[in-house]
Amino acid sequence: MPGWSGQLEKIDEYRWRIPKSAKAGMRVDGLIYADEKMLHQILEDKATEQVANVAFLPGIVGYSMAMPDIHWGYGFAIGGVAATRVSDGVISPGGVGFDINCGVRLMRTNLTVEEVRPHLNKLADAIFNDVPSGLGSKGNIKLNSREMEEVLIKGSRWAVNNGYGRKEDLLTTEEKGEIPGADPDRVSARAKERGNPQLGTLGSGNHFLEVAYIDEIYEPEIAQVMGLDHVGQVVLYVHCGSRGLGYQVADDYIKEMIRAMQKYGIEVPDRQLACAPVTSPEGQAYLGAMRCAANYAWANRQCITHWVREAFCRVMEMGEAKAGLELVYDVTHNIAKIEEHEVEGKKVKLCVHRKGATRAFPAGHPDVPPQYAKIGQPILIPGDMGRFSYVLVGTEQAMKETFGSTCHGAGRLQSRSAAKRNISGREVLEALDAKGITVRAGSLSGLAEEASESYKDVNDVVGVVQGAGISNKVARTRPIAVIKG
Amino acid sequence: MKRFELIEHTADIGLNAYGKDLPEAFANAAYGMFSIIDEVDNVREVETRRVEVSADDIEGLLFEWLNSLLYYFDVEMLLFKKFDIIEFGDTRMVANCRGEKYDSSRHQIKHGVKSATYHTLEVDRKENRVRVIFDI
Repeated sequence: MPGWSGQLEKIDEYRWRIPKSAKAGMRVDGLIYADEKMLHQILEDKATEQVANVAFLPGIVGYSMAMPDIHWGYGFAIGGVAATRVSDGVISPGGVGFDINCGVRLMRTNLTVEEVRPHLNKLADAIFNDVPSGLGSKGNIKLNSREMEEVLIKGSRWAVNNGYGRKEDLLTTEEKGEIPGADPDRVSARAKERGNPQLGTLGSGNHFLEVAYIDEIYEPEIAQVMGLDHVGQVVLYVHCGSRGLGYQVADDYIKEMIRAMQKYGIEVPDRQLACAPVTSPEGQAYLGAMRCAANYAWANRQCITHWVREAFCRVMEMGEAKAGLELVYDVTHNIAKIEEHEVEGKKVKLCVHRKGATRAFPAGHPDVPPQYAKIGQPILIPGDMGRFSYVLVGTEQAMKETFGSTCHGAGRLQSRSAAKRNISGREVLEALDAKGITVRAGSLSGLAEEASESYKDVNDVVGVVQGAGISNKVARTRPIAVIKG
Repeated sequence: MKRFELIEHTADIGLNAYGKDLPEAFANAAYGMFSIIDEVDNVREVETRRVEVSADDIEGLLFEWLNSLLYYFDVEMLLFKKFDIIEFGDTRMVANCRGEKYDSSRHQIKHGVKSATYHTLEVDRKENRVRVIFDI
């Protein structure tokens, strides 16, 4: 696999510039956030080329950026951030990806790891059984076409109104789990058909449910505001997205955009970057459909949250009030958002594409929930299943530099087949067991592909975003049970 | 001749599929995709679906063809293994696809394929070869 041999300039310890001159057609420079050690690995695959390709998008401002968890994707690199002017720029479905609003949420509990560990096997079984996961799993929810439309418009609120979760959950979900501007008429019948049996399912691949505990707190006062009180406190993660509905929306609109590019005379170096002006009928139709898929994903995580709570309380033999299980936050890491940012001293409306990147708004930003107004938006960074995950907060520096964005995870290091050559699913299971991590997985070979060794060390990734000042570390967690599709 | 070969990708999986002509390469790409999803050998040929797809060009046709088969998997839980291409042109193709419904007691799912992507997608008419990267 040929890597990047083009131009690259070191800006400082954490920033590397791909100058516009590296590839004819780039409208802005590329910017990679990484330390020297990570950079060597990043340059080995096609991710850097993809950062350069994204810089071709009409109306792009600032830099075509890549977070330290960057790896080779399709079209955009995973870990990519690109903002385009709404007035004369484009929107690209490839800059969001197929799993629209794939995201993560975190719940806190009132229990300690010592209290939960004796029940871990039962807990993992209960969650694995209650939440449909894996390919070929069908959800427990049946929707008629009117209900589907409601899911697409109301997102998490639909779920809460139908008994899945708590009203307060909405307050601590990005966009309150209900992004405005969703237009179900822009979602094809095929997409709705695919999404219908899958609402309330985890899916497969890197999607997971995790029981973890706080292993280190870096900012006690900030952590306290999030209800993350002490080392040893048990927390739960949910990571999944919009399932077949989102994939079909992406498929439909990539085709639409390829046609639109001819119409608007746009050229890009990779068809997967197909795009259309944000304000064009095609751009607006995609936005309307993408927001539906985003709302579907929020409803999906909300339903799953409800079943995880039920399973947890049943196994621990306690009520929800005693268990806690409050939603700390829910972030999306595959989305395009219309946001206002400062560009060259002026407030400008931008379309911010985050493809495997998380929003990272600072304290005081109007889109940060009131309870977090003083600390900034919580950011959830799941690592791999054998090591750590992080809770961070957004910063002013992110607002100035990355359109309020940061990394989204550890980022893959090696291919799936390389992972399987190096380790078997059985060995992964044993290694995790030795670390005190209980695993339930639909597929053993799938587990091998998700081995810790396949991922970058999330400590390094978070070290870079902290070092660069675009996020601040609040707490770190360690897994004790992982449920995978 | 090899029907297909997998391409290594950091996060996803791709394939090159071959044939004596393009329709066969398209059929082998579909076979390769289902080999990524499950153990194709365990799938019986008991159900048939006539799949008709059209697109603006041959690359679009490959994208549409593979994604249409994924749609059948999501909606009807159908795993295909045999693809008889009845009609084939640059912008339209018709195929009879044979396979069976997913049965968790007999079928081992290996990967969820979210979609075929356009990233480095290629239809090589001279070599009767197609290349596609899937989002896993």
